[in-house]
Order: sequence, then structure tokens, then C-alpha cells
Amino acid sequence: MSVIVYTESENGKFKKNAFEVASYAAEVGKQLNTSVIAIAFNSNENQELGNYGVSKTLNIINNELEVFNAKAYADAIAEVAQKESATTIIFSSSANAKYLAPLVAAKLKAGYVPNVIAAPENTSPFTVKRTAFSNKGFALTQINTDIKIVGVSNNSFGVFENSTSTSTEDIEVTLDSNSLITKSVEVDKLVGKATIADADIVVSGGRGLKGPENWGMVEELAEILGAATACSKPVSDLGWRPHGEHVGQTGKPVASNLYIAIGISGAIQHLAGVSASKVKVVINNDPEAPFFKAADYGIVGDAFEVVPALIEKLKDFKAQNA
Amino acid sequence: MKILVCISNVPDTTSKINFTEGDTKFDTNGVQFVINPNDEFGLTRAIWFKEKQGATVHVANVGSANTEPTIRKALAIGADEAIRINTEPLDGFSVAQQLAEVVKNGAYDLVIAGRESIDYNGGMVPGILACLTEMNFVNNCIGLEIEGTNATALREIDGGKEKIATSLPLVIGCQKGLVAESDLKIPNMRGIMMARQKKLNVIEPIAIEASTQDVKFEKPAPKSAVKLVNADNVDELINLLHNEAKVI
Repeated sequence: MSVIVYTESENGKFKKNAFEVASYAAEVGKQLNTSVIAIAFNSNENQELGNYGVSKTLNIINNELEVFNAKAYADAIAEVAQKESATTIIFSSSANAKYLAPLVAAKLKAGYVPNVIAAPENTSPFTVKRTAFSNKGFALTQINTDIKIVGVSNNSFGVFENSTSTSTEDIEVTLDSNSLITKSVEVDKLVGKATIADADIVVSGGRGLKGPENWGMVEELAEILGAATACSKPVSDLGWRPHGEHVGQTGKPVASNLYIAIGISGAIQHLAGVSASKVKVVINNDPEAPFFKAADYGIVGDAFEVVPALIEKLKDFKAQNA
Repeated sequence: MKILVCISNVPDTTSKINFTEGDTKFDTNGVQFVINPNDEFGLTRAIWFKEKQGATVHVANVGSANTEPTIRKALAIGADEAIRINTEPLDGFSVAQQLAEVVKNGAYDLVIAGRESIDYNGGMVPGILACLTEMNFVNNCIGLEIEGTNATALREIDGGKEKIATSLPLVIGCQKGLVAESDLKIPNMRGIMMARQKKLNVIEPIAIEASTQDVKFEKPAPKSAVKLVNADNVDELINLLHNEAKVI
């Protein structure tokens, strides 16, 4: 019996969500009174997982798996899970993890619950709390199969240090050539910029900003805060900003620590997509904008005056707190 | 090319969500149902393949007779034929299992399903379906071109895009971006009239035990009132975010 956690890495380094899912797996391991085994692919820093309660890391070394390949990764995870008699498998909510988890679930005939926001409420029957209806509700969901797969919502459980004696083993897995038919040929990714999925802070603009030429101040504010930039649905539909920036019910979900909405009125679909953010700030000239009812802090005012002032004051603040 | 588009019948995006029967069921009272938005992008792309590359487009839904207006809408948009698997969905895994039977029996080259439904947000139907039918699979698909049996897909990744080469038979989990919002089709009167004549086959489900089960639902706790800061006092906002919320 064991708890398996898939810890995602990029260029040999663990991603931020790896430590959150490791922390979650450690809690599940404690509840089930069993140890936690991490699965990594071509990672270089496996000892680090010991800080978060992982007692063994199985590092899959394979040149063919340098670039993410959902089917091949799922085959490997399922193979290791069976070898280690895993009863629970933990994934994050990254795009890659959500791509993989259903494949592993189908292979192992395991019940899979994504978007889980807290440690299991019960281990028998195994019951977890998750978001549903695009964050407009929560569900308590029971998993009935022998093997349980849990997808942890980003930035929901948190990262907890839990120093554990840990070992690392480099392992090989069987590769099915059919799994390599689907392959990545080109990746077009912003380098050195925070992404909506990983950022602690997200700065988002809406139609109230009147046109794409006015996004300079949104980007400047984001840069000072080390934040990712995002936008509302109308803004991406109008082509002012790329689709990848659209956050909301049909766009990307946001679960940052701080979400700053500028010139966004707060349609119910938008609020659903961003409600998992811990603190929400709204800047809007319309005091009746529905977003004020969903926000923690608000400024009623002209974004073209408030945002530049905020940028200047934040520069001073950052200089003092550097 | 034979295409199957899997459609889910979901509450309209503007719906207020309530629960009933001691918070164990979603309350459908007064709720308007629509084609799941992610599926609608896929359906529109399938119709494009029909118009430009001579594909045949079927749609499939797992649901009771209540979902038929949504299925008819998909036919009115341009699908050729529909299949309804006559059972209430248990969970994402079981829906994929039911659909896998249809896919295996229908010799489809391309299966399109939304990356997730906006109601239960399982996000697992396309992946499990691909695995059960041993088809290739691309998730978060925002672009798809097909030439012969070769497919080139664009996938949204965290912070960018990835171009993927694969081949038919293929399952894609699609989302916004696969077609432009402005290209989504609204059924016209002719389409609606024609949809009435199109075949809607009702088939009986296979026996499945649910792997998961929602035992209770909850609504988010009401939010405390917003703290308003004066527009000429952004220092106060920075102070609150730093000292009270501790997020900067």
C-alpha cells in the first residue's frame, strides 16, 4: 500500500505545484498510515521533495520523455503505481496533470476526482471536497474504486514543510511505441513571464479599458507585482488580447493569492472563473458593477487615474520593502 | 471522414446554481439548458470539416429524454445524425464508458468532446474515452487540421501553445479557440426545420457501476462586504493588501 504523487518538473526543476501536491500526498499518507512515493520525469533535485513529506522519489530517466507526452507519461505512472501497490494517486491541476490523470484513471480503472480543495474528509469511504459548477458550488464526492485518483486544485491546500528522510531511485519504464505517435513538434511559450496558472498575483483588464492600446498600464502594474496578465471574455473576443489570457467560466480558471480586476464589471461567468482567488480587488468607475459584491477591496474611480497612481505608489512601496 | 461530437447538456452559463433534496441534487428548477460551451466549439469545427472536407458528423449524448432539445439544436446547427444513450449520467468515467461503446461500434475517425463540462467540471470524458477506445488523444485543443490520416493539433499549455503531430483515429478534448467565438453557429429556421427530420437514435446503456458519487453539495458562503478605498488614497489600498490581506 502506498500513496503516489506525480511531481511535475520543467528543465529538471520541480514546478511550484509539485510541492503543494507533495504536501497533500503527505497528509493523505498520514491519514492512511502509509508512505508517500513521488514519481518524477528526468528531474535533478529529487532530495528536495523530502522537505514536504515524500519518503521515496522514483525518477524516470528516458530521453524520449524529455518533452511531455501524455500517453507515455500515463503509461509510466500506471506501471509504477501497480508495482508500488498504490491505493491513492495524487495529481495537481496543471494543464499537463489534467491531461494525464484521466488516462491513468482509465488504465487502472480508478475513480478520479479533480478540483479537490481540501484533505480527504474521510478515508473509508474515501470522500473529498471539490469545486463544481465552475466554482458556483462545492461537492462532497466519494470514490468507490480500490485505487483512488485525486486532482488537487492549484493554490488550495497550500505547501507544508515536513522534513522526512528520503531516498531517490532512477528507474526505467517500458515504452509503448504507439504512445509516441502523438508528439510535440513545437512549443511557443513566453519565457520569464508569470503564467496565469502559476502566478501568485494576476492583473486583469476588461472592456472598461476602452482599447488594446491602453494595456500598457496593466502590463506595467503586473510587472511591478511580478504578476501574470489576464482579461475578460469580451476583451479576448474583440481581439484586444490573446485567447490565452481570457479568464472566466469558459476561459482559464484563476486561483491566485491576489486578483486585481480593472474595468471588469463582473458578469456571473467571469466571477465563477476567478472566485477561487483568495483576495480580489476591483477598480471600476461604476459603483453598481456586480464585481463589487464579490470583491474584498474596491476603488470606485476612473482606471486611467487610479492605475497610474497605484503604479507610482507601488514603486515606492517596493523600493522600501525590497 | 466520420466524426462523432460528444455533447453534454448543461445549465446556461448565466444560471444561478441551487441544490435540492437535502443538498444531494442539482436543482434544475427554472434552469435553461444548453450545449456545453466547450462542446459547441468542437461541433462548429466538425461542421467546418463537413463543409470543407466532406465529413459526416454525428453527435452523441448520454442522458434522459430531457436532453433532446439540446440534441435537436446540435442537429439544427448542422450535424447529420444523433445518438442518445438513454441513461442519467452517473459520473464522468461512466459517461466515457457509455460513449466508448458508441465509438467502437461506429468506426469513427475523429471524436470531439469538450475538455470539460461547465456543470460537474470532471474534465475526464475525452481522456478516458481515448484510453478505452485506444485512439490517439490531444487535450486542450485550440486548433485542428486534418490531411488524409495525419492530424496537426494546437494545444494550449500553461503560458503558451504547443503544436502536436498525430494521426487518426483521434480524440480531442477541445475548448474556446478551436473556432472563433464569432464563427459559432446559431440555428436558423431552415436548420431547425431540417433537424426535425434527422435521425435521433435512442440506444440503451451498458450496465456500469459508478466509480465516484457526489454525496452532498454546498453553495459558497456569502461574501462579506467589500472594503471601499477612496480613489485618491491608493496608499490605503497598498497598506490593506500588505498588512491586512498580506498578499503583497
